[in-house]
Amino acid sequence: MAPYIRIAGVTKKFGDFVAVNDVTLDIQRGEIFCLLGGSGCGKTTLLRMLAGFEMPTAGRIEIDGADMAGVPPYERPVNMMFQSYALFPHMTVEQNVAFGLRQEGLARPEIAQRVKAMLDIVKLGDYARRKPHQLSGGQRQRVALARALVKKPKLLLLDEPLGALDKKLREQTQFELVNIQEQLGVTFVIVTHDQEEAMTLATRIGVMNQGRIVQVGTPREIYEYPGTRFVADFIGNVNLFEGRLLQDEPGHVLIEAPELEAPIFVGHGISSAPGATVWAAIRPEKIHLTREPPPGANNRASGVIKDIAYMGEVSIYLVRLDSGRIVRVSQPNSFRHADDQLVWDQRVWISWHESSAVVLTS
Amino acid sequence: MRRLFSRLPLGRNLVLAVPWLWLMLFFLVPFLIVLKISFATTQLAQPPYTPLLEWTEGVFPRLVLHTANYLGLLADSLYAAALFSSLKVAAVSTLLCLLLGYPMAYGMARMDRAWRNALLLLVVLPFWTSFLLRVYAWMGLLRNNGLINNLLQWLHLIDEPLVMLQTNFAMYLGIVYSYLPFMILPLYANLEKHDATLLEAAADLGCRPFRAFLSITLPLSMRGIVAGCMLVFIPAVGEFVIPRLLGGTDSLMIGRVLWDEFFSNRNWPLASAVAVCLLLILVLPILLFQRLQDDTEKHS
Repeated sequence: MAPYIRIAGVTKKFGDFVAVNDVTLDIQRGEIFCLLGGSGCGKTTLLRMLAGFEMPTAGRIEIDGADMAGVPPYERPVNMMFQSYALFPHMTVEQNVAFGLRQEGLARPEIAQRVKAMLDIVKLGDYARRKPHQLSGGQRQRVALARALVKKPKLLLLDEPLGALDKKLREQTQFELVNIQEQLGVTFVIVTHDQEEAMTLATRIGVMNQGRIVQVGTPREIYEYPGTRFVADFIGNVNLFEGRLLQDEPGHVLIEAPELEAPIFVGHGISSAPGATVWAAIRPEKIHLTREPPPGANNRASGVIKDIAYMGEVSIYLVRLDSGRIVRVSQPNSFRHADDQLVWDQRVWISWHESSAVVLTS
Repeated sequence: MRRLFSRLPLGRNLVLAVPWLWLMLFFLVPFLIVLKISFATTQLAQPPYTPLLEWTEGVFPRLVLHTANYLGLLADSLYAAALFSSLKVAAVSTLLCLLLGYPMAYGMARMDRAWRNALLLLVVLPFWTSFLLRVYAWMGLLRNNGLINNLLQWLHLIDEPLVMLQTNFAMYLGIVYSYLPFMILPLYANLEKHDATLLEAAADLGCRPFRAFLSITLPLSMRGIVAGCMLVFIPAVGEFVIPRLLGGTDSLMIGRVLWDEFFSNRNWPLASAVAVCLLLILVLPILLFQRLQDDTEKHS
C-alpha cells in the first residue's frame, strides 16, 4: 500500500539554524503517528510544514499522492489543532466550528447539521452558544478538535493536544481522542514532548532529536527495543551500563561492565566486534530486588538502598552498588501490607533476566 | 506599603481623588461657567453678559434664565448648516484617516520588534513640533508659489500653478495630516496584541488571507477602530485653526461660527450656547456607545 503521507528528505533551515534535518518518513492511512521529542527538536516545524505554514528548504512532502510544494495552507486537505487551540474569541462555539464549512461555501442547512453532529460527538451540544472564554480548558480543547474535524480532513495535525489539560482530564481525553479517531477514520499526526501521551495515543512513534528522526516504531518497540542511548533515555527511565563486549555469539552476548561485579549476559546476539564499547540498557521495572544472592553468575550486583519513593502503584528504589553506581529499580506494590518491607540502608541484591537488557552500540 | 495602600479604603480614595479633582476643576467647573453664560444675554459691560441671579427685591435672588440663545440657534439656519457641514467634514476626515491609518497600523504591528519601535517613533515625531507651525508649513507647501507648485512647474508637469491653498482639498489634507496619529496609535495598540495563530487557524480551515482579514482581524480590531475614530472625529468637529488657515473662505465650520460669535460679535452667551449644543451632540453618542459596549461585554 502506498503511504498516505510521504516525507522525503525534508530539510528546513531558519537562517543558519537547521530545524529539520533530512527527514524521511512514511505514514499510512488511518494511523495515529506521534512525533516525540524535546523542545527545539524540530517536531513542531515538521508539523507546520505538513500544514503548509512553513515551506521546506529542501525535500518533498506528498499527501495522498499529491505534491504539496507551493500549496498554501487554505488549499491543503489538512486541518490542525493548535497548541493554544486558537479559537476565534469573537465567535460562539457554533460559529467557530462552522467557520471552516462556511469557507467551503456549503448551504446553511448542511452547515448547521454537520456542526450539530460534530458538537454531539465531542459532547458540547449544550455549549453551542457560548463564547470560548466561557468554557473550561477541556471544553476549549474539544471545540478546537471539533472545528478541525468537522471539515472531514484526510489528515489531522495535533500540536501538543493535551498539553494544557490537567492530569485527570488528560487521561480521559486521550481515550476520547482515540475513540473519535477510530470512529471517523482520520489519519492523526500528533506532536508531543510527553512520552506518556505518545505511548497511549500512538500506533507508531517517531522519536526526534536535533532535527532528525532517530527511531520509528510502535510504542512497544520504542520502549522495549530502543535503538540508541538517546531513545532509551528519553522514553521512560533506564539504567545504562557502559561496558566492553567479551563474547558476541549468535545466541548470546557477554558484556563486562566495570560498574557491575558480574558480567551482563544478554540472550541474543548483536554482530559487533568483541572488545567494542557497548551500553546495556535495563529498565527499572525489569530489575528484581532480593535480600539473598540470586542464583547464577551473571546479571547481578549487590548494593545498599539509599532512597525509597512510594508512588502508590509502584515504589522506586535507588540502590547504590558497591562500585558507587546508583541504580534505579521499581517494584510493584502488589501487597497492601508486607511484613518484610525493604528499608533504607538495607543490603540487597539486584538481578535481571537475560532477556531484559538491551545492547546499544551508539 | 502598596498592600497597605490597597487595603485601606482611604488610600484608594485618595488616589482616585486626584483625577476626579482634576476633572472637576478643569472640566466640570469651566463647563458650568459656559453653561451659565449660555443662559444670559449680552450687555455692554465687563463681563459682557447679564448675571444669572438678580437681587431686585426681597431677600431671595431671582433666577433669570434666557433661552433666547438656544431658540436663536434653532431659528437661524446658519448654525444648523455650520453644524452639519462640520459633522460632514469631520466624518469624511475620520473615514480618510481610518483608510490611511489602518493599513499603516496593520503594517507596523506585523513588523519586527525593532522596526515597530522605530516606526512608532516616526508616528509620534510630528508632535514634537507645534501643531500651528505644522499647519503653517503646509501653507508654505501648498501656496501658488509654494514648494509643490514650483517643483511641478520646474518638472514642466504643469504650466499654471495649481490652486490648492484655501480649498477643501487643503483643509482635508490638513485635518487628515494632523489627526492621523490619533487614528494610528489606538489601532496599532489593538492590532499589535492580535494572536497570529488565529490567522493561521483561519488559513488552516480553508480561509483565504483577505477573507481571514475580514472575518478575524477586522472584527477583533473593532475597539481600536472605534477609539481611533472618536479621537479623530470629536476634535475634528470643533476644528477651527485648520479650516481657517488652509480651507476656503466659504468653509462654514461650527468652530469658526463659535469664534466669530465670541470674538467678532462679542456675543458670549450665544457662543456659549453653540458650545453647549456641540458638546451634547458629541457626548451623547459616546455615552450611548459606551453603554452598548458595556452591555455586550456583560453578555459575552
